[in-house]
Amino acid sequence: MIRLEKRPEPSRRVAAITPVLAVLATMVAGGAMFALLGKDPFASIRTIFWDPIFGEFAFYYRGQLLVKAGPLILIAIGLSMGFRAGIWNIGAEGQYIMGAIAGAAVGLAFFPADLWIIFPLMVIAGALGGFLWAMIPALLRTKFNTNEILVSLLLVYVAEQILATMALGALRNPDGGGFPGSRNLAQYPAAANTEIIAGTGAHWGVAAAVLAVVFAHILITRHILGFHVRLSGESPKAARFAGVNPNRIIFFCLGISGALAGLAGLFEVAGPAGQISIDFNVGYGFTAIIVAFLGRLNPIGILLAGLLMALTYIGGEAAQATLGLPAAAIQAFQGMLLFFLLAMDVFTNYRIRFGRSAAAEQRAA
Amino acid sequence: MDFSSINPVLLAASLMVAATPILLAAIGEMVVEKAGVLNLGVEGMMIVGAISGFAVAVETGSPWLGFLGAMVGATALAMVFAVLTQFLLSNQVATGLALTLFGLGLSALMGQGYVGIKPPSVPKVPAGPLADIPTIGPVIFGHDAIVYLSLLAVLGVWAFLKYTRAGLILRAVGESHDAAHGLGYKVVAVRVAAIAFGGAMAGLGGAYLSLVRVPQWTEGMTAGAGWIALAIVVFGAWRPGRVMLGAYLFGGVTVLQLTLQAGGVAIPAEALSMSPYLVTILVLVIMSADRGRAAFGAPAALGRAFHASA
Repeated sequence: MIRLEKRPEPSRRVAAITPVLAVLATMVAGGAMFALLGKDPFASIRTIFWDPIFGEFAFYYRGQLLVKAGPLILIAIGLSMGFRAGIWNIGAEGQYIMGAIAGAAVGLAFFPADLWIIFPLMVIAGALGGFLWAMIPALLRTKFNTNEILVSLLLVYVAEQILATMALGALRNPDGGGFPGSRNLAQYPAAANTEIIAGTGAHWGVAAAVLAVVFAHILITRHILGFHVRLSGESPKAARFAGVNPNRIIFFCLGISGALAGLAGLFEVAGPAGQISIDFNVGYGFTAIIVAFLGRLNPIGILLAGLLMALTYIGGEAAQATLGLPAAAIQAFQGMLLFFLLAMDVFTNYRIRFGRSAAAEQRAA
Repeated sequence: MDFSSINPVLLAASLMVAATPILLAAIGEMVVEKAGVLNLGVEGMMIVGAISGFAVAVETGSPWLGFLGAMVGATALAMVFAVLTQFLLSNQVATGLALTLFGLGLSALMGQGYVGIKPPSVPKVPAGPLADIPTIGPVIFGHDAIVYLSLLAVLGVWAFLKYTRAGLILRAVGESHDAAHGLGYKVVAVRVAAIAFGGAMAGLGGAYLSLVRVPQWTEGMTAGAGWIALAIVVFGAWRPGRVMLGAYLFGGVTVLQLTLQAGGVAIPAEALSMSPYLVTILVLVIMSADRGRAAFGAPAALGRAFHASA
């Protein structure tokens, strides 16, 4: 008989291996899914995971890698704080949109002035936009005990409507001939989020993501606030005895994740996306949830997971172009990865045992 | 605009249609939560149900087989959740989110060949002379069978939880799985059954969207309906009658805002489109602010993993 025996404490070794195992399992299951779609599974997996880095057109794809990984890492770092504390902000997509709108609005307000201060102001506005949007679930949770999962998620749909209003109204390009969408910020030098090192895809958002990883690492491992965040999640009772103010943790976790998601939105709208348009958001806020879990809520892990997830995006686009693999297949693939990861988590907390339990043996004897 | 052009009878009649998908999903999720399981994958199960039902209905030409297919498809997805949370003891919140993310991708994949197709129509239940009763006739009679099925489901779930032994066991499992286990009830089996029921109902709700309410297949067509269903369970304080009230309230807001949009009222269309979500949030706040009442309804073991040795 197979049964699970709880480990005295979660195994760190297993926790480090499971993401790798989950990725491998997803490749097998994903390959099977691609085969069902009538595509060569081996060619599909190679196109997604190998060719973008080492293949013929790698020079193009490598730059894209950082462009996609930047926002994913930035958002996931913020989300991981909350997930550690048991505060579930799943509305990062909405905070991402609001950050982009706020940041772009500041940039567009200055158009066509050429001042160095414009971009820094946009960055502040972007972070503030996401922060304030995340304060709604934080306030409702602390004041009225309203479930932050549902509120943050429902606010995504509200943010999408605000985005549409902005693209069609207040932020519409006055010289755009009536087409929806704002002026292109990427073509407005004072507001553009340019590449720091040309050709690498490393724009200011990528730099911010790396900074966020470093700060999060220090916060979690060295700072009392990081300790309180972890304590609140792992043992709420102990946190209460230690005098941790739960409301403060809620505000901190939602605030930081909102601000980082807002930043990600700003860097995207001022760089790769270029403008506020109706279909500006592409789901980074949701994929970042997978990134956070795949990285084990650990900053360094999230850095790696963000790069891997960016690879599936780029590889997915490549497979779309060369093999005709549907775009949705990649989305299903990413979801599958989270399933496998959660499934394998059982080995972190439990041991597989065959035969009867020790207690049962004693009783039998 | 001319408000007299809004016909309250027509409004009330379409309210029932608008509320049905949410009501079906919410009543299913309520049973799941009563068993102590929080499945945040309602949105994912609904959209998989929507495309499964649509595909089966189009291929077979029968909407009824479509509804059946939707229930099978969504239940299959729910079983993934059941295996992960009940046997592999994964975090329910994270697994539910995974279900939604995966479901959205999978449904888009399944729906590739079905964009722009018209599904077979679902016949209305003939009500004979009853439909000619002024006001009440068009509002209550003359809908399709699923609308009445959803009302029967509310009644059935209410009676099941209140009067049957199985319902009592399900509630016991949701209140204290350790005590229920101690009494010899199969906690995991009860929860898996509840999750399957929740999946089937979410699938049915999803198929109602793609086969009746819209009726068409588009990617991401549930547009948060599953999340609203989750919110309505909280609003309903885990009571079938109030869940129904919540679903109809939501249906009313949806229909009203669509009517206002069509009528060209001087409120921006986007502001109207976001109103159902805002109303849902508002209602959640009102419910949760009243701490005593909200705590009274919530099953005590909600969201906690059960492991017999623990």
